[in-house]
Amino acid sequence: MTELLDSTSSSESSTMTDSAASAISAGDGPLKMTTRNVDVFYGEKQAIKDVSIDVTMDNVTAFIGPSGCGKSTFLRCLNRMNDTIPIAKVTGDITLEGEDIYAPQMDVVQLRARVGMVFQKPNPFPKSIYDNIAYGPRIHGLASSKDELDNIVETSLQRAGLWGEVQDRLQDSGTALSGGQQQRLCIARAIAVDPEVILMDEPCSALDPIATAKIEELIHELRGKYAIVIVTHNMQQAARVSQRTAFFHLGTLVEYGVTSDIFTNPTEEKTRDYITGRYG
Amino acid sequence: MNSTTALVEERNPTDWHSNAMQTRIRKRYAAERRFKALGLGAIILSAGFLAFLLIVMVGNGLRGFTQTELPVEIDFPAMTGGASASQFEGANGEANLRTLGVRDIVNTSVEIQYGDEGSALFSGGGWQAVSAAILSDPDIVETKTTFYLPAESEIDVAYKGDGSALAEAKVTELSDQLSTGFNWNFLSNSDATDPMQVGIWGALKGSLITMFITLLIAFPIGVLSALYLEEYAPKNRFTDLIEVSINNLAAVPSIIFGLLGLAVFLNLFGLPRSAALVGGLTLALMTMPVIVISGRNAVKAVPPSIREAALGIGASQMQVVFHHVLPLALPGILTGTIIGMARALGETAPLLMIGMRAFIATPPGGIVEPATVLPVQIFLWSDEVNRGFVEKTSAAIIVLLLFLLTMNALAIYLRNRFETRW
Repeated sequence: MTELLDSTSSSESSTMTDSAASAISAGDGPLKMTTRNVDVFYGEKQAIKDVSIDVTMDNVTAFIGPSGCGKSTFLRCLNRMNDTIPIAKVTGDITLEGEDIYAPQMDVVQLRARVGMVFQKPNPFPKSIYDNIAYGPRIHGLASSKDELDNIVETSLQRAGLWGEVQDRLQDSGTALSGGQQQRLCIARAIAVDPEVILMDEPCSALDPIATAKIEELIHELRGKYAIVIVTHNMQQAARVSQRTAFFHLGTLVEYGVTSDIFTNPTEEKTRDYITGRYG
Repeated sequence: MNSTTALVEERNPTDWHSNAMQTRIRKRYAAERRFKALGLGAIILSAGFLAFLLIVMVGNGLRGFTQTELPVEIDFPAMTGGASASQFEGANGEANLRTLGVRDIVNTSVEIQYGDEGSALFSGGGWQAVSAAILSDPDIVETKTTFYLPAESEIDVAYKGDGSALAEAKVTELSDQLSTGFNWNFLSNSDATDPMQVGIWGALKGSLITMFITLLIAFPIGVLSALYLEEYAPKNRFTDLIEVSINNLAAVPSIIFGLLGLAVFLNLFGLPRSAALVGGLTLALMTMPVIVISGRNAVKAVPPSIREAALGIGASQMQVVFHHVLPLALPGILTGTIIGMARALGETAPLLMIGMRAFIATPPGGIVEPATVLPVQIFLWSDEVNRGFVEKTSAAIIVLLLFLLTMNALAIYLRNRFETRW
């Protein structure tokens, strides 16, 4: 472990230049979000060091890396969920459709509606399935009538592949569903506010393999409709669902590129070591 | 390094059936049994105390709801000189009744029946019952009617089996005429000097008004403070100080709050003495820290994932608090509120300081009128010399306990309602 740490700090400078370069190269298709030279500090401790990544509309972007490498922290910068942690400080440029999301005139509430989020543990509200989906549209005033709201609820559930399973029991509690159904409910809830980007923070880590397969299938179907960023510690999952992969290590972006390249022919030795299971 | 390896090799296999092992097992079982017995003993002891309290209270108190009565036959046509029933109907009924002089009619009837000393056998308030009877049914003034009027306090106590020798003798003398009836006056009257005429209604109404004011002030302020401190306030030295202060406030002896109420509400703001408003405000000061502490704990117990979920789809901080955190925390907040309110309901000391121990013979008509509350009334009656007050005190305690139980039942109902909704 000590050897590993030493090698990291010695190769840090070369890593940073590489990551900046790969950020540009991986950005094909319409750009949705860009990040440039992002640093995140928790008090004195620096959790993210100079990360630059482009998120494109047509590709699913996966963040992989060992525990504590900062991939979730970085994800939470993209919809400013880190604002809720008083000691967290974010510097650098993060834009959504060219708008700086950390600019003072950016409304964080609207930003989070545009950049939806699905969490590690399914967290439906302790309300009915219908109200879980309808909550977002209601607070943002997205539906002007009951029919319109019903329509949003139905299409959101359909997109999340849950409609067939719950259409007869929309008034049942969302917490009564199985874990996998709950996670798809959370995805439907995020879809209901019509976001541009969906961030998924290890969405399958609390699910069984069958439920995981369904979520992965769902990610495939949602690709192209929304820009999707997924954090996962399951490398096979990253390989299966994503077209772009970013490998994080100790707060730095080691490598970012086309998923198949990262997994078959990584340029960095650290990436190769991680992918072949030497550490992690 | 070598010595450690040697030690490990020397270690013999553990003999799980050795005598030492068996003794240890026996000791462990004995300790388990001892602990269980102690716990059970503690439960039985506390249940015993509770049962003892309830039995004594109910045993003594139930007698407070009854009164000893003596029959008095009133010959209205002869006494009134032929008053007609229609005189006492409608709006002028009461005025006409006043000119009729019911008190004298009753006294005369009593003297006819029980001799010149007869009035001494009766409690002073009997004529009021007769007046009420005439107003509710004026036809009786054209007939000869027998009323059962409350006997004098000493006779009442003696008839119930706890009186002086003199009163006992009178009871033996009158034994075939004495009877027991339900004391309706106890539920509708207020404080009085004659234990046969006292009632609990004045104190009960005072308690209701005081509790209402306490709830009205302490609940919203307490809940808002709890929500602000948990959801909005930055965590720094200043908020730590506030937290410590609130915890300390909850532990301050209640009489200090009474002094505070006296200094602030009476002396500084000049609010009226003995008023339910001041009592409610003082008790609100006392209840608020309890609500804040329990409210904060309830808010803290709401899982962070719910907050994240709501924030994640773009709910504002206030929407998160009012749509998600507060509804989920409400059962816990309500439990804390009821604990605080129950404590306030039973509180005597701070109310003594703001003058609520005065003799109040009429139920309060508003929040600024002189009032008393149940525990203070109990305290006042328990101080009386007259033996007739002993059972009244117990009866008042029963009323207070019933009030408390009703409040708790309401709280449990509300809590369950909110819990099942979510």
